[in-house]
Amino acid sequence: MEERLKKIFSSYTGKQHELIPILQHTQNEYGYLPENIMLDIAGFIRVPESRVYSVATFYGQFRFTPKGKKHVMVCRGTACHVRGAPRILEETEKLIGIKEGETSPDLEYSLETVACIGACGLAPNMMVNDVTHGRLTNKKIHAIFVRKEKGESDEK
Amino acid sequence: MDKITFTIDGQKITADKGMTILEAALENGIYIPHLCYHPDLEPVGVCRLCMVEIEQRGLFTSCNTPAEPEIAVRTETPEIEKVRRVTAELLIVNHPFDCLICEKNTNCELQKIAHFIGIDEEHINKMRKPERILPIDTSNPFFIYDPNRCVLCGICVRTCRNTVSISTLDFMDRGYNSIVSTFGNKPILESRCVSCGECVARCPVGSLKPKETPIPSREIKTTCPYCGVGCGLILGSRGDKIVSSRGDIENPINKGQLCVKGRFGHEFINHPERLTTPLTKKDGLFVETSWDEALELIADKFSHYNGDQFVALSSAKCTNEENYIMQKFTRAVMGTNTIDHCARLCHAPSVAGLAQSFGSGAMTNSINEIQYTKSIFAIGTNTTSAHPVIAYKIKNAVKEGSKLIVANPKEIDLCEFADIFLQHRPGTDVALLMGIMKVIVDENLYDRDFINKRCENFTDFKSSLDNFTLDFVERITGVHRDKIIQAAVTYATHKPGMLFYAMGITQHTHGTDNVLATSNIALLTGNIGKPSTGVNPLRGQNNVQGACDLGALPNVYPGYQKVDVPAIKQKFEKAWNCTLSEEPGLTHTEIFDSILEGKIKVLYQMGENPVISEANASHVIKAIEQLEFFVAQDIFLTETARYADVVLPASSFAEKDGTFTNTERRVQRVRKAIEPLGESKPDWQITCEIAKRMGKEGFDFTHPVQIMDEIASLTPSYGGISYERLEYHDLQWPCPNDTHMGTPILHSESFATASGKGKFMPLTYKPSFELPDDDYPLILTTDRSLYHFHTATMTRKGGLVKLRDRELVEINPQDAEELGLTNAQLVKVISRRGVVKSQIKITDVSQKGVISMTFHFAESPTNLLTNDAIDPVAKIPETKVCAVRIEKV
Ligand code: SF4
Ligand code: SF4
Ligand code: SF4
Ligand code: FES
Repeated sequence: MEERLKKIFSSYTGKQHELIPILQHTQNEYGYLPENIMLDIAGFIRVPESRVYSVATFYGQFRFTPKGKKHVMVCRGTACHVRGAPRILEETEKLIGIKEGETSPDLEYSLETVACIGACGLAPNMMVNDVTHGRLTNKKIHAIFVRKEKGESDEK
Repeated sequence: MDKITFTIDGQKITADKGMTILEAALENGIYIPHLCYHPDLEPVGVCRLCMVEIEQRGLFTSCNTPAEPEIAVRTETPEIEKVRRVTAELLIVNHPFDCLICEKNTNCELQKIAHFIGIDEEHINKMRKPERILPIDTSNPFFIYDPNRCVLCGICVRTCRNTVSISTLDFMDRGYNSIVSTFGNKPILESRCVSCGECVARCPVGSLKPKETPIPSREIKTTCPYCGVGCGLILGSRGDKIVSSRGDIENPINKGQLCVKGRFGHEFINHPERLTTPLTKKDGLFVETSWDEALELIADKFSHYNGDQFVALSSAKCTNEENYIMQKFTRAVMGTNTIDHCARLCHAPSVAGLAQSFGSGAMTNSINEIQYTKSIFAIGTNTTSAHPVIAYKIKNAVKEGSKLIVANPKEIDLCEFADIFLQHRPGTDVALLMGIMKVIVDENLYDRDFINKRCENFTDFKSSLDNFTLDFVERITGVHRDKIIQAAVTYATHKPGMLFYAMGITQHTHGTDNVLATSNIALLTGNIGKPSTGVNPLRGQNNVQGACDLGALPNVYPGYQKVDVPAIKQKFEKAWNCTLSEEPGLTHTEIFDSILEGKIKVLYQMGENPVISEANASHVIKAIEQLEFFVAQDIFLTETARYADVVLPASSFAEKDGTFTNTERRVQRVRKAIEPLGESKPDWQITCEIAKRMGKEGFDFTHPVQIMDEIASLTPSYGGISYERLEYHDLQWPCPNDTHMGTPILHSESFATASGKGKFMPLTYKPSFELPDDDYPLILTTDRSLYHFHTATMTRKGGLVKLRDRELVEINPQDAEELGLTNAQLVKVISRRGVVKSQIKITDVSQKGVISMTFHFAESPTNLLTNDAIDPVAKIPETKVCAVRIEKV
């Protein structure tokens, strides 16, 4: 077992009700919940691994893939949805080659959808790391990601 | 059982106290819609379809509301109708409408509900959401999971968690995205699922369903042909094909549950490789012959040899009647007692050891007592693999509060549920058990009263404990002393306690001592002769108990009546009208030596495969090649049968009548489901034919029922067994007469020994015959896979292969690192007797210094490596310990 994980476990007693705090602690440490770590957690508190996964997937706060260097969040709030968020998502998926919820193997991109980022006036929106891009069109998305492919920053 | 009365819709209902309203209604033929309720599971009340009104109290879910005296229940009111409709419609709008192509059609609970409440198509169509199509999981060879049809009743989740204790499935995600899935949303094949199919059998809709679902045109109750648990099966057939198999809920052992082999492992029956005509070898090649020609040849050849030159290998896969006929043939026709079968290689020490200490060598208690026990000691049994349905029961007992002590060189699956896990070195069981017993004695935790009243030889035994100090035991076994003490205290203070063991105890050069150690600990704690106690050897093959009972052993007639006791010999001579030999015959292991010495020249073998199953297999092959005449009778052309001069096609268990006796001495019916395949014949018939052609009397049977009558007349413990009684009663031997109801618990009044007392046996520690050294630094032990059986003749004929298709040498990560090996690498395993190539699996399950292999795979025949050094008493070879080294290929 990894040292990092051992350290996390050392502040708990291995009781079943500690599951959620342990998951949170783990996510803080690792940035997400790796599968092998969830298996160790299941062993530590002696609950089936399927239960650990069930609890973890129930809460929106947990993620199961590491974030990529560019973490892309496509908004699917009502306003964005009405103004074509599904198409935006599809186009983004095509461009960066991963599906919603996935991380590219080279850890360059990760992609997820979020409920509402509070910029409905600019819908449809997406965020790449901390930067919001509004009034998206296919062209704009291409611009965002093509630039990135050339290794330039898309954060300005 | 106390009864209560109340009313449903004004009708008076009588129900058992404690029943829920839904159960009471269903039992009285009143339908209340329900989806998440299943009779085998605790109700959870989540689907809300079973809503009823209790007058003056309001609405309740009937599946988890107990029926109370004098309540008035209503199943139809406008309010109920409204709640129910909304709930049902919500399920239906999200469900595919293509019932006709769903295998569950007509058998689907959702369809039943839809019909019951009546669905307004237009209304439903309006509510329909854009379709969400989730991928169908077809990874498992036997069943599919179609999440699009799932109604989230949770029956599969609860079945997997509570019934089989595997916990593969759970609810994942939430809200509209809720789905039943596995850890990490993996395909079922990659999850921890053991393919038992229990969830598939219970899913109320077509979400989890078998891949092959032809509806049988007829069904018949029979007994599983795989392991000694003896689960009741219902085989379904169409024409001359077996098409389905399901658990028999009326069977007292499995109550409908099965493991993967029993539920799905029936593809071998109609497999194209089945033998369907007799074969004789001409110029080294097999040619098809007629029965007439084959039988004439055999009768003629057999007549030219005397008893000393003949050996019969009987079969623990065949029925009681067939084993009886085989030993009768050997003794009455060939005039020798040299008959044996594979029990020699698995439980001979149980028969020999327990006969010394208790007077009778069989499981003392019964499977269903597991649920009431307070502690379970499982030593040398990988129960989840080899006796899966017993493992379900052990795990459930643990959940009910029983303690579980597992002692095993490997960290087997059962350890997940264990309170104490003792990972001792292979072959150190006597030291471990004696060490535990010394603690029990030193701590004064032994049952003085029981020992005084019911046992003998305690003083001698007690002084033999002196050698087993904690220092010594810790050093020999590698188990920390604290754990030894913990195990001792737990087993001695949580009573009643059941001890289970299997081949981890028996397959040693000191196997008999190991067995005696288990009987000592049961006597010491008074755990014998009472419910939920006992020494319980788990028998491997479906009918290994019966094959022993019916005298397929060289020293006893049926019912363990000794061949060298003159009165018994006379009894059988009179019954069979012949003269018999009083000299015990040779055992399995000795037979092959005798063939090599040129004494035995003829082998008649029924359903065995020693070339793969016997320790030091190359020795066996050499012997078999030297035979003058070899007849193999089997359902497949096994690795051994290929060496035969004549091969006779036998019928499988599905094609004949008979009985099997399971591990707890329960005699159960095997019933014919289809006609014998091709020209194959049931084994009993073939042997009788040979005897008749040799001009012998006493083989004119036309049906096994007559054979059982003869068995009952000559075998005291089977005296009260008849096909007629088996229709109505569950009978466990001893069952001496027609009015006896069988004996679930042995030794409750007195032991079967001469003195009537349980005998303590002083023991010393003897190391295994071959220990690791510089040339062969690792210990090889043998194990079983859940997905295969024995030499895999039956299990490698269908989907089971997809669950496990090759040998994998299990090796500890540290050993692998030292040898520079990576996972799945191909290696050579080398012992003093042979070399086998196989891939490795690096796993913590194996302790450092110990590797393990199964013997299911003929292309990596583990038994070329194992040691044929034998236990001096039971003559069992030491297949659990030998020294090997690993080399890269
Ligand atoms: S798969 Fe079947 S049993 Fe499991 S929750 Fe869905 S409908 Fe119920
Ligand atoms: S087949 Fe058995 S182990 Fe697999 S999910 Fe179903 S109940 Fe669980
Ligand atoms: S536990 Fe044994 S008897 Fe029961 S179904 Fe499985 S193999 Fe057959
Ligand atoms: S059957 Fe009662 S709530 Fe589902």
